[in-house]
Amino acid sequence: MLDKKGIAKRIAQELRNGWYVNLGIGIPTLVANYVPENINVVFQSENGILGMGPFPYDGEEDADMINAGKQTITALPGAVIFDSATSFAMIRGKHIQLTVLGAMEVSQNGDIANWKIPGKMVKGMGGAMDLVASADNIIVAMMHTNKRGISKLLKACTLPITGVKCVKKVVTNLAVLDITPDGFKLVERAPGVTVAEIQEATEGKLIVEGEIPEMVLE
Amino acid sequence: MNKVVENAEKAIEGIIDNMTLMLGGFGLCGIPENCISALVNSKIKGLTCISNNAGVDDFGIGLLLQNHQVKKMISSYVGENDEFERQMLSGELEVDLIPQGSLAARCYMGGAGVPAFFTPAGYGTEVAQGKEIRYFDGKPHLLESALTADFAIVKAWKGDTMGNLIYKGTARNFNPAMAMAGKITIAEVEELVEPGELDPNFIHTPGVFVQRIFQGVNYEKRIEQKTVRQKA
Repeated sequence: MLDKKGIAKRIAQELRNGWYVNLGIGIPTLVANYVPENINVVFQSENGILGMGPFPYDGEEDADMINAGKQTITALPGAVIFDSATSFAMIRGKHIQLTVLGAMEVSQNGDIANWKIPGKMVKGMGGAMDLVASADNIIVAMMHTNKRGISKLLKACTLPITGVKCVKKVVTNLAVLDITPDGFKLVERAPGVTVAEIQEATEGKLIVEGEIPEMVLE
Repeated sequence: MNKVVENAEKAIEGIIDNMTLMLGGFGLCGIPENCISALVNSKIKGLTCISNNAGVDDFGIGLLLQNHQVKKMISSYVGENDEFERQMLSGELEVDLIPQGSLAARCYMGGAGVPAFFTPAGYGTEVAQGKEIRYFDGKPHLLESALTADFAIVKAWKGDTMGNLIYKGTARNFNPAMAMAGKITIAEVEELVEPGELDPNFIHTPGVFVQRIFQGVNYEKRIEQKTVRQKA
């Protein structure tokens, strides 16, 4: 089974040279720590920066330099700052090649819910609705089940959705799954996790074809 | 042409109960701290505030919420503000949550004289309720209306007496789009300079969008999530 860092490491393997990438709050943010050595990508934060670098050294933080999670950040050489309208022009206009975001639920047809629990919790959608409505390549990073052990990979979302038929791939602590017209296609198992355990934790339709390889993480 | 006013109190003159305000900033980054303080002291109430977030409980727009001066918030994210969430869930506060990119575009379009536009964001969600859907290239889009405000209040790094503005870092965020969309736009800046001191090639907001400007004082510039790495 993977921890949050492991999920981020596995998603980092999906990065391709030259891509502009938007990382959401939470596990997705960790992906930046595991970019393979031979891969060059540029990270966008939707509050208005391309070329986001690592956190600043203690004492060098600047209140005017934050990411969309309101964390203090630095800018890499070649970085550029812009306003929110321009930032979402990049997103809406499909100039960003990969979006990684967290979710409360994903359905087998690629719907995602991650902004609201009616009557209980309202965080707001932030930029997530814009991202999922326009991005061609969306990977969800999340735990396979919630804190009560209930599957987050469902036949249909029960929470208010953020976008329809948009998620392409899900990476969880248990597995890598592709969203296909027929359901969640199991692509890889996390180290030490069996197909039966993944089946048990997946409420939506799980497609298992042949031997399912175990993930290879460095 | 001189748009300079003395301070935040003078800048907000004319703002009265039940007006609609735009306030720049993302989280606590790039918020007009001086004008928010002046609004808190003014006791003006019934405000509709258009702002990406609502600050935190004890800073930014959160101060206006605590004072019950806000009737309605139009925002995209309320995550870090417990009082906001409480007032929203209890129904004390009217809240219109809209996708962040749509919010930015609605302000920009409001300032640019485009009354409405189509965007894919929010299709199939609660956000789409009651909105016209039209297909372009086979893909569904929502008709979103532009936003304007009685007053837009923005924060910049440097500005000149003609209202030309330069922002610093990611404190730019919603400020340029909102500066365009105010019937009256107030800019508070960290450094106010004479015309000619800012390089025209590097101005972010042309002064034509700004009606009042002043040099702010005592900026706190709070950091919401201080995240650092250790030197190796």
